[in-house]
Amino acid sequence: MVKELKAEVKKLNFYYGGVQALKEINLPIERRKVSALIGPSGCGKTTFLRCFNRMHDLYPHNRYEGEITLYPDNINIISPEIDPIEIRMQISMVFQKPNPFPKSIYENVAYGLRVRGTSKRAVLDEKVEKSLRGAALWDEVKDRLHHLAFDLSGGQQQRLCIARALATDPRILLFDEPTSALDPTATSKIEELIIQLKDEVTIIIVTHNMQQAARVSDYTAFMYLGEIVEYDKTDRIFTAPSNKLTEEYITGRFG
Amino acid sequence: MIKVIEMAHNSYRKLKEKTIETALFLSALSSVLITIGIVVVLSYESFGFFKEISLREFFTETQWTPLFAEPKFGILPLVSGTLLTTAIALIVALPLGLTVTVYLSEYAPHKVREVIKPILELLAAVPTVVYGYFALLFLTPILQKFIPDLSGFNALSPGIIMGIMIIPYVSSVSEDAMKAVPMHIREGSYAMGATKLQTAFKVVIPSAFSGIAAAFIIGISRAIGETMVVAIAAGGMPNLTANPLEPVQTLTAYIVQVSLGDAPHGTVEYKTIFAAGITLFFMTLGFNILGFWLRKRIREVY
Repeated sequence: MVKELKAEVKKLNFYYGGVQALKEINLPIERRKVSALIGPSGCGKTTFLRCFNRMHDLYPHNRYEGEITLYPDNINIISPEIDPIEIRMQISMVFQKPNPFPKSIYENVAYGLRVRGTSKRAVLDEKVEKSLRGAALWDEVKDRLHHLAFDLSGGQQQRLCIARALATDPRILLFDEPTSALDPTATSKIEELIIQLKDEVTIIIVTHNMQQAARVSDYTAFMYLGEIVEYDKTDRIFTAPSNKLTEEYITGRFG
Repeated sequence: MIKVIEMAHNSYRKLKEKTIETALFLSALSSVLITIGIVVVLSYESFGFFKEISLREFFTETQWTPLFAEPKFGILPLVSGTLLTTAIALIVALPLGLTVTVYLSEYAPHKVREVIKPILELLAAVPTVVYGYFALLFLTPILQKFIPDLSGFNALSPGIIMGIMIIPYVSSVSEDAMKAVPMHIREGSYAMGATKLQTAFKVVIPSAFSGIAAAFIIGISRAIGETMVVAIAAGGMPNLTANPLEPVQTLTAYIVQVSLGDAPHGTVEYKTIFAAGITLFFMTLGFNILGFWLRKRIREVY
């Protein structure tokens, strides 16, 4: 089978002011697959993920070096000439804690479309329904689309955030430990959803939970101290890692 | 022996704690008692007023001329004067205050903020009598160049000045509310490709809405209670009108006028200040309760 790349990270370095947080990262991102980033706290996995949608640009003194090439159009995501807003319109993110806006369920999902100027009711209606269906939330909320999003449970709020991220047809969907604030039932729903979604969108997920990485991902990168120690098919990482450090981490000897 | 000393020490410490606690309680109590005292005196004196003037006349009569030979006791002109100047103040303070707040909370680099905030707070430190003369002698003549019909004393000029005066109150409280919006809510908006302006107006302001509303209500209460500016620049003429170009009198300005005059103690003229005072009290109380209720609601959202 021919591998198709959605993005490729080449010699990425990232600095918070004078502190280097990511070192010489090289990583392929396979199209329509789930790539997981695992590693102990502080290893840089979230920092790495936030490079993909230029979240670091929101804070001063952050600096990128290297390349994250987005295919097929070969643009370098982290190039200073590229407007971060353009990037964020194509690469969506789901955060650690559900962060719905103080708006109705409908308006939460429509937000991304509204900020880029779509205001036709018919277009919004269709997109909202499609995204909510995509996030497996439609049946639960279809009768109360105009209720405040805060009325939903934590798991539903997180699926609402996924619907919000899907509404703009992103090319890559980033998940930053999306289930760390959820109970086991809500977690398994989100995991099922991630597996379904990869048919349509390329996914990168940061997770603390190794079982989660094993359950949902096709490829896994193990990070330690700002570097990628090992990257391979998820099965291989969890059954026959080639690096001793990876093995120690996945068997729970450190981290 | 050691035990005895310990016990003595213990009881000494307990006594000290008790004394301090009592002292603190008494000082807290004094502020409560003073408030209750004010309300009692206000109620008592205005009760005397309402024995002579019916509530019906008080609320339906359209003239307020207690010092005339044929006195009329309708509070409406004073209430309308108060609401008119307050509304003008709000029309000025709402857009300006909100712009300042959005800038300080979302845009200003840390260093700029550190300079602007104290300067803004200095606005609150200017004595109100200075604002009053500023309205009368500086702003009114300028406004008269644009609006020839504007009388020398009017509601517009002090209203605008009061609006500027309450900006620091409004922006400082609403900035706190906006700063309290968690960063991950903003990041959610940015991650959808929103700009700073979109994030500020579509996400941050709605998230901080109850806090911002509470800030404006504090500003409104401040404007309703403001005395010096309107006493100096509004004209001191009870006038049931919604026209900002005419002279008006507010509740507070009326109280100043009578307090400075020589209305003999015990007369109806004298008691009118308490009637005006209690009206003012209920107006600000109403707004403060509304503000309190709104502020309590902030905490429920996050």
